[in-house]
Amino acid sequence: MQNAAAVSTAARSAAAASRRGTARSRAARDGTERVIRGALLGCALLSVASTFTILVILLAQTGQFLAMPEVSAWEFFTGTTWSPLLGAEKHFGIWPLVTGTLLITAIAAAFALPVGLVVAIYLSEYAPPRVRTALKPVLEILAGIPTVVYGFFALTVITPFLHDHVSESFGTYNALGAGIAVGIMILPIVASLSEDALRAVPRSLRDASSALGSTRFDTSVKVVVPAALSGIVASWLLAITRALGETMIVALAAGGLAHMTANPADELQTMTAYMVQIFLGDAPAYGVEYRSSYAVATVLFAMTLGLTIVGNLFLRAFREEYE
Amino acid sequence: MAGLPATARARRSPAAIAAAAPANSQVGRRAADRSFLALCLGITSLTVVILAVLLITIWNDGHGRLSWDFLTNFASRKPAEAGVKASLWGSIWVCTICALSALPIGVGTAIYLEEFSRRSRLTSFIKLNIANLAGVPSIVYGILGLTAFARLFGMASADDPITLGNPESFFYLQLPFGHGVLAGGLTLMLVVLPIIIVSSQEALRSVPRSLRTGSLALGATQWQTTWNITLPASIPMIMTGAILAMSRAIGEAAPVLVLGVPLFIRSTPTNLMSDFTVLPLQIFNWAGRPQAEFHELAAAAIIVLLAVLLTFNAIAVVLRHRLQRAAG
Repeated sequence: MQNAAAVSTAARSAAAASRRGTARSRAARDGTERVIRGALLGCALLSVASTFTILVILLAQTGQFLAMPEVSAWEFFTGTTWSPLLGAEKHFGIWPLVTGTLLITAIAAAFALPVGLVVAIYLSEYAPPRVRTALKPVLEILAGIPTVVYGFFALTVITPFLHDHVSESFGTYNALGAGIAVGIMILPIVASLSEDALRAVPRSLRDASSALGSTRFDTSVKVVVPAALSGIVASWLLAITRALGETMIVALAAGGLAHMTANPADELQTMTAYMVQIFLGDAPAYGVEYRSSYAVATVLFAMTLGLTIVGNLFLRAFREEYE
Repeated sequence: MAGLPATARARRSPAAIAAAAPANSQVGRRAADRSFLALCLGITSLTVVILAVLLITIWNDGHGRLSWDFLTNFASRKPAEAGVKASLWGSIWVCTICALSALPIGVGTAIYLEEFSRRSRLTSFIKLNIANLAGVPSIVYGILGLTAFARLFGMASADDPITLGNPESFFYLQLPFGHGVLAGGLTLMLVVLPIIIVSSQEALRSVPRSLRTGSLALGATQWQTTWNITLPASIPMIMTGAILAMSRAIGEAAPVLVLGVPLFIRSTPTNLMSDFTVLPLQIFNWAGRPQAEFHELAAAAIIVLLAVLLTFNAIAVVLRHRLQRAAG
């Protein structure tokens, strides 16, 4: 019905066009068409422009930062002390911020990647339709909760729980609490994207597997998951990218002490949390501390862009096509 | 009972005997299947429990602070008098600007890519670029917004801004934008643009090819086909994606924080250049203080924010429902 109505609208608009169908109006119509095409291309180019502008801003500011007398590029890329605000002698070695970010991301990934995949397998292979329709909204709500809310949750629920039931050594700010909250945040990304990948595997593969006597577990693990692997890995990489760039959770719950640590009970600072500290106004604009936040942003941008590109390549190279 | 004869038959078949290592027996595999199902159920219930604990603790912390006064008071150093008026109105202004700018540009980009572009290097470059933009952390968009909108690349001085129009009117403009609502809305536009583009592309792709060819065969131009046929057919799905993108925008704090908006503000926006703060930033501010009273305020503000988001999601669900009914 809808299609027929749509086609008749088209017929009317085409007829209206042909009624005015002199050579001049056709030229006008082609002119309009070109203008609209140009405007749409302009919209599309805006996104290219924003990437280009991000790159230019970050590289220019990083260049200016590295050229400042207090800073050396060698120290920035290899140094293990980050103390831009404390003491007489400032040190700008990026590694404490990078390891802080990586520790949070590792905790989040260790929680969210396996849990998300299991939830996806359950939703796609096991869950009866009624359970599925009840569970999908739960994931959607989790995905829609703003990250500042997860930060509050880490601060007021996860960290007190860790302190009371795991170890006294967990202070108000710690890596594990923030990492778990980041994990909860990226869980719905892994679960729903992996589920999409699993459901895209054709039914015939599952039928063939059961016909050979496989249980659902065998079918899931030996047939469906391998067939959907490119999609699953892509969802993992996207989730890790999100975890790397997550800001509000770590700014609230991980603390502000930049140092190299592997202890999840320690307070630490991530790249994003440092940027928050600077942009909240702890440093005078155009000073060396202020500029350092752009250099940190450049390193973060390079890491997330690298992961996104790897994810896209992976998706393209290992996609299994079924017709 | 049905499993038993099958097991017996399998045991008798020589191929099965050869294939089945002891650990891999039918019984063992069924046990593995059952324990994996138990694991699935356990982990899936864990996600439900996490959501329940999250919502319940926030409700317990915050509902005592909820009142009409909480919505109509400005933030205050005294917790008893504090409210979310400034941040609530700030969020509304910023999200409206974000929607009005991101929707046309995002849908326009999707239309170009799906309906107008030819296979060319430029097209694949734009597509690759959008895929990469989706992975950029939101705080980096904040830096872009700060440089491009708030400071206009340093082309105009913030101390001596160029002004257009009358400060009394809502469309009063000054260059650079500074950290007013216009800069905030446009910065959030950058954050949600990739989301809107990708979901609109999917919406346009779901319209059957036959509708387009039918229209083109009747002599309609590409744009007439898009405007009269493809867009109307895909609008519910585009709107669903747009609402989800807006719920992302209303929850973002990091890009707005980078703009350097004031943390303590006792006014609502009156024009595009007005100072503002947003709900997530107000929550961040309260949650970051050590006193329990401020944590209660943060929880109450979270309830307000989640209520707004839930309304958005309900609209999206209704739209999707209609869409499914129309399609099926």
